[in-house]
Amino acid sequence: MAHVSELPTRPTGKVVDRDTTTRIPIEDVRLSAANLSIAFLALLFGGLAGLLQGFVRSGYLELPSWISYYALLTAHGVLLVLVLSSFFSIGYLYAGTSKVLGGLHPKTIGFGWAGFALMSVGTVTAAFFILAGKANVLYTFYTPMQAHPWFYVGLSLIVVGILLNCVGMFITYQSWRKNNPGKLTPLFAFFSNAVFVLWVFASLFIAVFVVGLVIPWAFGWVPTIDPMIGRTLFWAFGHTLVNIWMLTSISAWYVSMPKIIGGKVFSDSLARVAVVILVVANVPGGFHHQILDPGLSVGLKFLHVIQTFMIIFPSLMTAFAMLATMEWAGRAKGVTSLLGWWKILPWKDARFFALIVAMFAFIPAGLGGIINASNQINQVVHNSIWVTGHLHLTVGTTVMLTFFGVSYWLVPFLSGRKMTKVLNRLAIAQTIIWASGMLIMSGAMHINGLLGSPRRTADTTYGGHNAAADWAFYEMFMALGGIILFGAIVLIVYIWTQLAFFAPKGETDFPIGEDFSEKDASPLFMDRWSIWVTLGVISIAIAYVIPLFDFISGHNPGSLPFLMF
Amino acid sequence: MRIHHYEKLWLMIGSFILIIFLSILAIQTFFLDMGPPSHAQTINPETVRESELFANAALTEIGENEYKLAIIAEMFAFRPGDLEIPAGSTVHFTLASPDVTHGFKISDTNVNVMVVPGHISKVSHTFSEPGEYLILCNEYCGLGHEYMANTITVK
Repeated sequence: MAHVSELPTRPTGKVVDRDTTTRIPIEDVRLSAANLSIAFLALLFGGLAGLLQGFVRSGYLELPSWISYYALLTAHGVLLVLVLSSFFSIGYLYAGTSKVLGGLHPKTIGFGWAGFALMSVGTVTAAFFILAGKANVLYTFYTPMQAHPWFYVGLSLIVVGILLNCVGMFITYQSWRKNNPGKLTPLFAFFSNAVFVLWVFASLFIAVFVVGLVIPWAFGWVPTIDPMIGRTLFWAFGHTLVNIWMLTSISAWYVSMPKIIGGKVFSDSLARVAVVILVVANVPGGFHHQILDPGLSVGLKFLHVIQTFMIIFPSLMTAFAMLATMEWAGRAKGVTSLLGWWKILPWKDARFFALIVAMFAFIPAGLGGIINASNQINQVVHNSIWVTGHLHLTVGTTVMLTFFGVSYWLVPFLSGRKMTKVLNRLAIAQTIIWASGMLIMSGAMHINGLLGSPRRTADTTYGGHNAAADWAFYEMFMALGGIILFGAIVLIVYIWTQLAFFAPKGETDFPIGEDFSEKDASPLFMDRWSIWVTLGVISIAIAYVIPLFDFISGHNPGSLPFLMF
Repeated sequence: MRIHHYEKLWLMIGSFILIIFLSILAIQTFFLDMGPPSHAQTINPETVRESELFANAALTEIGENEYKLAIIAEMFAFRPGDLEIPAGSTVHFTLASPDVTHGFKISDTNVNVMVVPGHISKVSHTFSEPGEYLILCNEYCGLGHEYMANTITVK
């Protein structure tokens, strides 16, 4: 705990009463809280867009002429999968890292605020052009559909802002290592660093795509663009983003959950192995979004299926570690019966309850992922609303419920307040409402997808065609799920507001689990990120060199823009 | 670093299942010819409509119960439009887009392929059951995306 230990001399802020609360420096609190507040606003607006979509698609609502279903869909995607997830991850990981490393480096604070400013300006810019109807391109913005050039500038500001945050995290992580030679970094900091390494991998692809290819084309400086290169670069980013959320979420499962249930971290070394596999093997998974694309050979696609399946291994390790952590916590409390440990888990603690429901949602979510990534079965579900259902189980349920669970300690930790019994009960109700809404909506989406209903389509009646006749029934449930979910969003926003401004003052800790035994600690070389980054680059090269070389050298004539506004 | 006995067992079972999964996928892909549509051939989007392959395209018989058909997927229709084919026939579809990316999905079948401008996509299917099939675009292609659909009547 070396470099920022002279902290308490810094000025105190208005929102936080230093005497009663938080053991992290006020600068770190402010930065983290700023990021979280944007995340919460994004949930509110993105959720509202989602609710309206559900109504339009099921035919209950007709939108006014100034806004299209696809503008709402674009807003929903950008605000939730990009804005919400990245602001939340940054706020949460910065706060936790500050806690375990004894404060963020002063330079990190600088990079953090610069990143925050760029990301915020980028979000507002992108949102403005989406709502103005100038960017009906969805969050995947497949070229040669073209939005207003400043929409892309907004997106690239978000990405550059994220990269500045990455630099910030690396500075704190490395300076701690320098000041603590021969010591293993705390597990939470290891997770944070891994998430930001993945952000760098993901950002490089999207930066090359948006800044290198799309912006010059959108401003008319170059006439054409290659859509296949665009899809490939986009999904190298897009799929990595998925694992950025997941890695952020499982950091809470591995590090905080054990402490909440009164147990210990099952195995520090195995946790780090899972993290490292997720970082190294991750990016090529993006290719399973292109299984039905032309221009990629069958052999190459099979290679990508194998690379995607690599991700299943750390998921299996996580499943084992979570249940083992829970069982050992119970055994340590003296439970001897086979399943008695399950009953004494703190079911009435919203922090735990949200997390365990999230974990359970990951079982069907993961199975669906294996289906999507499997070459042949993908043909059945590709671009059907099954995929939307899958996304709402993974990011919508597993990741979001984890984020909600985290916020039940993170928000009061930052605001210097305490969760009351009433708020805890509301939070448990919120978890149940959210999970039920998702179960109904995502279940209906999965079924409808198997029946052939396409995703991302404003109206699926197709002139009353027979094949589309069964879909309306399930769309009703999609709308119903949407209403329930929006209710849950209102509830969580209420809980957050209470925790941030009105709950009684007091000390809330950021739960950080301890290791079960010294023997399970990782060897020191696990902290040498040069090894993992090199392996990651090799795995990316195996997947991407051949197809990108093919596209670039294949004399693809390129596409002129088609304006979507 | 040590690995618990049960965890070893769990990971071994998991890996074993994964290997079986991948083997099935590999056999289907490389020995049963069930690989995903992966045609690699480029075409200039600007000349798709005038190209030899796509201009005046119509259902053409190339063998017994075997047909070929070139379809242009464009904003917001498939051309040629509604089709009629005899039951039991195999149709080889060739597709290209003169504008943005589209999807080509035939309801109640596993025909599902992306049509990306600059590339030609190919997919084949045998229509054994008579009926009216819906062809729809399943990739968002612009504000009229939901109108992009045709029918294939199998008689």
